[in-house]
Amino acid sequence: MSDLVVEHLEVRYGDLVGVADISLKVRAGQVVALLGSNGAGKTTTLNAIAGVVRPRGKVEWRGEQIAGQPAYAIVSKGLALSPEGWRLFVAQTVEQNLRLGATALADRARAAALFERVYALFPRLAERRRQLAGTLSGGERQMLALGRALMSEPQLLMLDEPSLGLAPAVVEALYDTLAELHRQGLTLLLAEQSILLALGIADYAYVLQTGRIALEGPAADLQKNEQVREIYLGIATRAAAP
Amino acid sequence: MVAVQVIVGGLLLGAIYALFSSGLTLIWGMMNFINFAHGEFVMLGMYVALLVVVYIGGGPAIFGIAAAVALAVLGIAIYFSLIRHVIRGPMLAQILSTFGLALLLRYTAFWIFSANFVSLPANALSGTVSLAGVYLPVAQLVAGIVAIVLTIGLHLLLTRTAVGSKLLAVAEDRTAAMLMGIRPDRMQALAWGLSAGAAGIAGALMAIAYPWSPSVGETFVLIAFVVVALGGFGSVLGSLYAGLITGLIQAVSAFWLGAIYKDIVVYGLFVALLWLRPQGLMGKA
Repeated sequence: MSDLVVEHLEVRYGDLVGVADISLKVRAGQVVALLGSNGAGKTTTLNAIAGVVRPRGKVEWRGEQIAGQPAYAIVSKGLALSPEGWRLFVAQTVEQNLRLGATALADRARAAALFERVYALFPRLAERRRQLAGTLSGGERQMLALGRALMSEPQLLMLDEPSLGLAPAVVEALYDTLAELHRQGLTLLLAEQSILLALGIADYAYVLQTGRIALEGPAADLQKNEQVREIYLGIATRAAAP
Repeated sequence: MVAVQVIVGGLLLGAIYALFSSGLTLIWGMMNFINFAHGEFVMLGMYVALLVVVYIGGGPAIFGIAAAVALAVLGIAIYFSLIRHVIRGPMLAQILSTFGLALLLRYTAFWIFSANFVSLPANALSGTVSLAGVYLPVAQLVAGIVAIVLTIGLHLLLTRTAVGSKLLAVAEDRTAAMLMGIRPDRMQALAWGLSAGAAGIAGALMAIAYPWSPSVGETFVLIAFVVVALGGFGSVLGSLYAGLITGLIQAVSAFWLGAIYKDIVVYGLFVALLWLRPQGLMGKA
């Protein structure tokens, strides 16, 4: 039984097609990766699931059709999206950002426990709780974005390009954290340009190309897949070579 | 001693400017929506005070709260009936809708109240106090101090409370705020309620000390624009300082140059400041 079922998702911005036809499934406890280059439709897909943009097609969460519902309603059903570029409230403090993340909590009393959990996960945030989010470093901003998303105690956490613009050491720490959250039972839907990173953590992956699913399969299979190796890993390894 | 009296008088009037301008800064500076009808909100607050005094009775606390509540309700109603439909539209739609609203409110007031100047009947706040040789009307003193307290209160509401944090989150990034589970419509409506409410109570405070007619809104909206820009768009504390400075400059230039020059000096300094420091006094570069 899949928690999230997306079928024939289509998003148009006027005449522009954001995604043409996306179908995917996420089961509880899984890490699912959305792969593909810039413009393939990863962000639009996540935005459509989270209610930021209005899609056509089916988005079913635990049997309930949620496509077309506003973002503030969807997050309270347990689907949180940490958007591309983090979109922190830079004029507010670390603690205020986290508290805003807890807005959708049904049980307000849970907030204290979640604060503790996030500060235990990211002690740096606890040190900087009174600081404005705009004064944080890139790595700290990523921690805050992730922490803020966790404050709604999501059952499905969607992350859009979490590694974008981060130093390699910071990215490694981030993926260690994601792996740890996964071990604790969190379900993740992850959009990533960095295929090596994503396939390292994912159970299942979809490769998007111009708004459609070009390829899908268990992450382990995709890692061995010639097509993926050529199109994506080939580029990745060449780019990484000195 | 006269100089001190002029300066204190200017600051006390400036405090009221600060209060209604902080309401505008909430909408214009933070929510990024130009409201040309803000001066009319102040004017309506003055008439609400008058109506309460004449028909119901009661002191400044009662008609002040009545003006705040009445205008807050009006602000929320205007948000849902008008602003919500143009808020994502082109800038021209925003400008025309609130400009039209300003005209509607102003000429409705002319129609109902006539163009005559009115003032509140003498009340408990008449008389003067002498502080270290400076004579000040009690009404001005009370109005100014209450205005400062309320402006600081608005600042604290926005920066220290959960609801203020949500409101600022919507102002900063509407989409990200929605992803947190915040309903932006509610926060926008609250911003309009607070903004118009601040204007309404500022009007009631103004009415304690100064006479008015339905045309005062025009003057107040210009002052509010100057104060918001001086204060650096979107800072309530900035509006507080800028309001006090504007009141001070008006009073000083009216006293030494003559009453007709006070607006020339204020708007002249405003243009000079925009030229030299476009981000405002308190704004970040």
